[in-house]
Amino acid sequence: MGSLSRTDRTRRAVSGAMTSLTALCTLAAVGILVLILGYIAMRGIGALNLRFLMDSPRPVGEGGGIGNAIVGSAVLLLLSCAVGIPLGIATGVYLSEFGGGMFASVVRFLVDTLTGIPSIVTGVFVYAVIVLRMKHFSAFAGGIALAMIMIPIVARTTEEMIKLVPHSLREGALALGAPQWRVTLGVVIPAAASGIATGAMLAVARVSGETAPLLFTAFGSRFFPRNLNEPIASLTVQIYNYAISPYDEWHAQAWAATLVLMTLILSINILVRFLTRKKF
Amino acid sequence: MSTPGQIVAPKFEVARRPVLPPRETKISVADLNFFYGRSQALHNITLNIPEQMVMAFIGPSGCGKTTFLRTLNRMNDVIPGTRVQGRVMMDNQDIYAPGADVVELRRKVGMVFQKSNPFPKSIFDNVAYGLRINRLTSNKSELEDRVATALQDAALWSEVKDRLKSSALGLSGGQQQRLCIARALAIRPEVILMDEPASALDPIATSKIEELIFDLKKQYTIVIVTHNMQQAARVSDLTAFFLLGKLIEVNATEKMFTAPDEKLTEDYITGRFG
Amino acid sequence: MEVHRHLDEELDELRDGVLRLGGEAEAALKKAMRALTERDSNAAREVLEHDDTIDELEVEIDRQCIDVFVLRQPAARDLRFVMSVAKMAPVLERIADHACNIARAVPELNNEPELKNHVRLHEMGVIASSMLAEALDAFTKNDAKAAREVIKRDAEINDLYNQIFHDLIEMMAKEPATATRDARLLFVAKHLERIGDYVTDICELTVYMAEAAVIKHKH
Repeated sequence: MGSLSRTDRTRRAVSGAMTSLTALCTLAAVGILVLILGYIAMRGIGALNLRFLMDSPRPVGEGGGIGNAIVGSAVLLLLSCAVGIPLGIATGVYLSEFGGGMFASVVRFLVDTLTGIPSIVTGVFVYAVIVLRMKHFSAFAGGIALAMIMIPIVARTTEEMIKLVPHSLREGALALGAPQWRVTLGVVIPAAASGIATGAMLAVARVSGETAPLLFTAFGSRFFPRNLNEPIASLTVQIYNYAISPYDEWHAQAWAATLVLMTLILSINILVRFLTRKKF
Repeated sequence: MSTPGQIVAPKFEVARRPVLPPRETKISVADLNFFYGRSQALHNITLNIPEQMVMAFIGPSGCGKTTFLRTLNRMNDVIPGTRVQGRVMMDNQDIYAPGADVVELRRKVGMVFQKSNPFPKSIFDNVAYGLRINRLTSNKSELEDRVATALQDAALWSEVKDRLKSSALGLSGGQQQRLCIARALAIRPEVILMDEPASALDPIATSKIEELIFDLKKQYTIVIVTHNMQQAARVSDLTAFFLLGKLIEVNATEKMFTAPDEKLTEDYITGRFG
Repeated sequence: MEVHRHLDEELDELRDGVLRLGGEAEAALKKAMRALTERDSNAAREVLEHDDTIDELEVEIDRQCIDVFVLRQPAARDLRFVMSVAKMAPVLERIADHACNIARAVPELNNEPELKNHVRLHEMGVIASSMLAEALDAFTKNDAKAAREVIKRDAEINDLYNQIFHDLIEMMAKEPATATRDARLLFVAKHLERIGDYVTDICELTVYMAEAAVIKHKH
């Protein structure tokens, strides 16, 4: 092979430069994430131990832990999922299957707007509508607030995933004498199932990091939850409380709790990827 | 050694071209007009489809043959803005009469599509789908029997009998299309509509489908849309030629391809236009 | 919106080929008859020598027809045309063969005393030639009506043959010395009668090509 022409060399140089540039950007983006995780791990690992994970908070100096917060977060998540996911999926199904009319366009617009509402506004709304009426904070209110954040996200991803199901699949079922509702339930939704599940799980991951709405609804507590009518602790609120306190010990606990929260969210994401890997 | 006056059978069979036997009409279409919104796709189609024969629809792209095919099982209903005028009679009932049962119609008139569309389920569940939703079987073993029969009728049984629970999407293109045919056959329709069933398949898979059609016509009435004239010639007993939404000619296939009645038909068949 | 078709070129080639073959058959017949009536052995020899060319032409047309069938899958009118050409070529070749048979008789006849008026063989030859020419014309013009007219003329040839047959048999009985010559002339008449039948075949093929009507064995 003879020597490359000048244009060839220039092209190769430009290509190489661009590749390096994009690689650098990738490193920067990934690096930031790695830095955050690493820093949190570094700061938080100190206070992390089994007692910490199982105990409820104690006054300063006596140790204590985030056990109740972990349980509380779990309860809140379960509650919000029970309400938000079915409603979100149903909305998504409605929008995709009957999405042509005027009403559906209005619904779609509202759903999109809801996605953009700051979560603190949702929290204040639930405060006014539920907490004030009940005259106390509660896990129930917290669950509702989180559900209201989840619904638009789940609805939109469900709609998009259902739209991705090829029309030919629907026609195939219709041609066998299936009524429309059967086609939707029996063929379309199962075909879109993994996409819908991904959407739901991602909404869960997003919502598990919310703090502001919980401040107005679930409020927080020092104890393990007994029923849904009482205020309830959550990891995010706990972190907030510890972080703004004047005590170093509590700061350390805040870092540890942050590490736990990050690990939980990371686990949910990994679980989503694993469970929804392509089988069919 | 024959005696005078004795009738002696000829020593050889005189080959006779099979004459189309007279048949009852299965589907009778009268003055059918079809509209997509404002634009008219079919103009005054009048046609009788005899039972237990294969009728092919041919014509250039956009001539309305697929649209017409889909009016026969009301699949065009799912497209918004479509309108039908005229009568389509099957078994002496107008399938477009108000109050006509579309679900029942689609059980009697099955459809196989151009691109095979198996559900993302197992092979067994695909074939069983129609049986289950229409509740055509009363117990598990009857269901299994019907599925097996359908797969045998579709000439797919021997290739899949050991892996009925595996995913339908793992089959080859030709096998998937035969699976779709089995799925349609399982509910024992009376008519099978095929929209270019072999256009996405290689020649060997295509010829398997064509052999299948030949066997199926003993029991079913078959209507097949094809843009491949040789296929129409190979497979069908009757051929209908469509152009710009109008039915130009219907004839016995053999006559259609040797001496058609209409000049337009002849021009199309001999390749003188598109 | 007519589309340019390779098939059209190939069909034209086939038509040219079969017309050339027809022309050769016509020429062979005319030459053989001239050789007969003018007692020209050289001309007769030329007819015989030329026959190989005619055979090759027929084989070539045969091959072309198969190519068109398999490569172009002609339908309707085109199919009937190629089918007719494929059947016509061997018929024309056989006409030429019968002309050769007539030519073969010429040198032998020239060794025999001349028959004064060739009975009406000359007339028969003229009718056969003109029938062939008209049949080929009808084929070129796709004219079924003209083809049917030619078929009717076959009756003339058959009548002439019967008459010549009787005349020659009578002569053979009356003058046994020239019986060999008479017998040869009888065979020439037979060849001409067969040519008339073949021309009928050509006309039937033309009718089939133009109208898709099969009129074989029906007249």
